[in-house]
Amino acid sequence: MTLARRIIPCLDVDAGRVVKGVEFAGLRDMGDPEELAARYNSEGADELILLDITASRDGRATFLETVRRVAQQLNIPFTAGGGIRRLEDGNAVLRAGADKVTVNTAAVLRPELISELAAQFGSQAVVLSMDVKKTHACGEVFICGGAESSGRDAAAWAREGVSRGAGEILLTSIDRDGTCSGFDCILTAAIAAQVSVPVIASGGAKTFEDFLAVFGEGKADAALAASIFHSAEHSIGALKTYLAGCGVPVRLSR
Amino acid sequence: MKISIIDYGAGNLPSVERALRGVGAETECVTRPEQIAAASALVLPGVGHFSAFVTGLRERNLTAALRDAIARGVPILGICLGLQAMFACSAEAPGEPGLDLIHESVQALPTNVKSPLIGWNQLRRLRESILLREIPHDVHFYFAHSYAAAATEPHTVAACDHGFSFAAVVEQDNLMAVQFHPEKSGDVGSRVLRNFLEWAQ
Repeated sequence: MTLARRIIPCLDVDAGRVVKGVEFAGLRDMGDPEELAARYNSEGADELILLDITASRDGRATFLETVRRVAQQLNIPFTAGGGIRRLEDGNAVLRAGADKVTVNTAAVLRPELISELAAQFGSQAVVLSMDVKKTHACGEVFICGGAESSGRDAAAWAREGVSRGAGEILLTSIDRDGTCSGFDCILTAAIAAQVSVPVIASGGAKTFEDFLAVFGEGKADAALAASIFHSAEHSIGALKTYLAGCGVPVRLSR
Repeated sequence: MKISIIDYGAGNLPSVERALRGVGAETECVTRPEQIAAASALVLPGVGHFSAFVTGLRERNLTAALRDAIARGVPILGICLGLQAMFACSAEAPGEPGLDLIHESVQALPTNVKSPLIGWNQLRRLRESILLREIPHDVHFYFAHSYAAAATEPHTVAACDHGFSFAAVVEQDNLMAVQFHPEKSGDVGSRVLRNFLEWAQ
């Protein structure tokens, strides 16, 4: 009996469509969120993450409608976020059918947001998303979709986020995102060693071996990928069969 | 069959409702004691804080109605915090009494393991189970919690290990409860709900 390592497809959505950027810039249409969610649910995804990457004020209603429609397709855990600034934003996303809410920029600017969400919905419903760039040994947290440096050390921010009540860390390597050069295992292991909550590695997934590495030397509890699944380059089922064959505990669907 | 889902003011009711309908149940969300008194089967879902949960039940005057229904033999399924509420008390909210249908306490997960426990895990079967009927032994269920009750027989029928052996499935007469989220556990989770429904009928 071992806790399974999780495979999590991520849908970045803009105006109701799934898109994919390269190193946080240059968007490409990747399909319909409901269709992709239904496909991943049946392929054996362990969870789904939906991120509003425009997060503009006028786009909120569209995003909540997408959350509502995607939730209907799933019988696995569902995390949603992007542009969550206040307790009410988190509440709206959860009421629309998400199980967990993820916060990023607004939490860096006002860390109490994490405490407020955790007090209201429980730590298991709060995912701290952090975009990290290797500017020094462990990395620095960037905000606003990777555009701005926050000046915060990644390890220190991860610890603070957890002490404020975050129940999971979604760690994205800006340097690796969209590059297909593999997860940043050194960064992931460094953050995982700092916190007592699960760490989801993100950014750079390309091959099955990348996933094996991030669960091994990267010490990740879960791994997130987007484009390699959207493009049907890899199926989640085939990836899990490979990992199981390598001795990684995974949930094989039946 | 109609399943009455208890709405104590928080928690993810829509997904529980959808999952129950998916296995053929008719559902209603109930917020008043007289609705609980009239129910033929109950589901008590729950996420969040133990204190908010028991306070929510108490403030809506649902605690006594719930106890009465369970004493009358009405089938009930507790989910996650809904399992923990069946116990006497929880370390998450010392001083806040639970329903005390199982006279033991809920404790924090040990500090040597990741907490909250979030993810898919397998179960260790301790005895014959109604909820797990015809479900293979090696399947995974989705857990998301920071507190748990020690796996003690006879009420615990299946345990899970995370720092200590905790109650994952509880069955005691008409009282059934699961620490995992069947509504989020894919097809095997639906099977648990279907087993509850068939048994309750």
